[in-house]
Amino acid sequence: MKFLIKPINSALIVSAVLFSASASAAVTVEDAWVRATVPGQQATGAFMKLTSDKDGKLIEAKSNISKAVEIHEMAMQDDVMKMRQIPALDLPNGKQVELKPGGYHIMFIDLHNQVKENDEVELQLVVENNDGSKETIDIKALAKPLTKSAETAKHDEPMSMHKHGH
Amino acid sequence: MSINQKRRLVLTGLGILPLMLAGCSKEKPLVVHGQDITGANFGRDFNLQGPNGKRYTLNDFKGKALMIFFGFTQCPDVCPTALARAVEIKGLLGEDADKLQVLFITIDPERDTPEMLEAYTNAFDPSFMGLYGTLDETQAVAKEFKIYYKKVPTGSSYTMDHSALSYVFDTDGKLRLSLSHAQSAQECAEDIRQLLA
Repeated sequence: MKFLIKPINSALIVSAVLFSASASAAVTVEDAWVRATVPGQQATGAFMKLTSDKDGKLIEAKSNISKAVEIHEMAMQDDVMKMRQIPALDLPNGKQVELKPGGYHIMFIDLHNQVKENDEVELQLVVENNDGSKETIDIKALAKPLTKSAETAKHDEPMSMHKHGH
Repeated sequence: MSINQKRRLVLTGLGILPLMLAGCSKEKPLVVHGQDITGANFGRDFNLQGPNGKRYTLNDFKGKALMIFFGFTQCPDVCPTALARAVEIKGLLGEDADKLQVLFITIDPERDTPEMLEAYTNAFDPSFMGLYGTLDETQAVAKEFKIYYKKVPTGSSYTMDHSALSYVFDTDGKLRLSLSHAQSAQECAEDIRQLLA
């Protein structure tokens, strides 16, 4: 097993390349986070940005924090939220694929313990490249507050926001 | 409920627009980002278990505007996002924040418990309240509020498809607004402020 260590945006990404005599593709993972839980809560999700330097797909995620780990897609249809397991998530060469609320996430089902804020959750991502080679990427995702909102970027138009006094 | 109120609900149920009812209704028409559902013939009441075993109905919240979201705590995405938005909405309401009560009603009573719901809603805002019903009660309240929910198997477990809108009652306990999940906190706050005026 060969370890590549790449500092990216101050986040340490450890890419462990398995089954790779010739394939040395690297998938970079940025801003990986897991939503913290309350006691008794049995599931949560992980979110991150993935960029592969060759065409491939995320085919599996593994972690020892829960009985099952699945790749999920969320969709809204007429204000009904639908969440589904997907067999794989395409990672086109050079394109950043974002797993974020409102889209894709890694789903942890039947958690063994509460995920507390600032916990580091270890996660393995299995990526299959289009040449058939596979790599497993070990990452650590920081647990952020349960209450973290989907997007804080909505606050970027202060000029157009008016408080209405009624 | 008065006879007039009942009649209004029945009329609306027949598809007569709230505008036609303006004459016999004291509610002002709303100009909102969400959907004005004033006079709705659904969402009339609920009777569910809150924290500490106490039962709650609509009447317990009179005098406050009430925002209700139906969800489940195993939800990694939509439900925490909706509750985080509710926190933002309260922030935007400023001094009027105390006039809005937020309720989270579970549609997954097989896994959610009143204790978990309390911990869950408290994590967002200690004033938020989680309500729980038996399977039958959950089915009844979802039907009354036209909330769609369905268990969907996933691997060895299951997830829930469910309506992701938020309902808002005015301070008189009348259902007035439906807020889409896509609405920003700012838009929701502007809508809700009209019910507090």
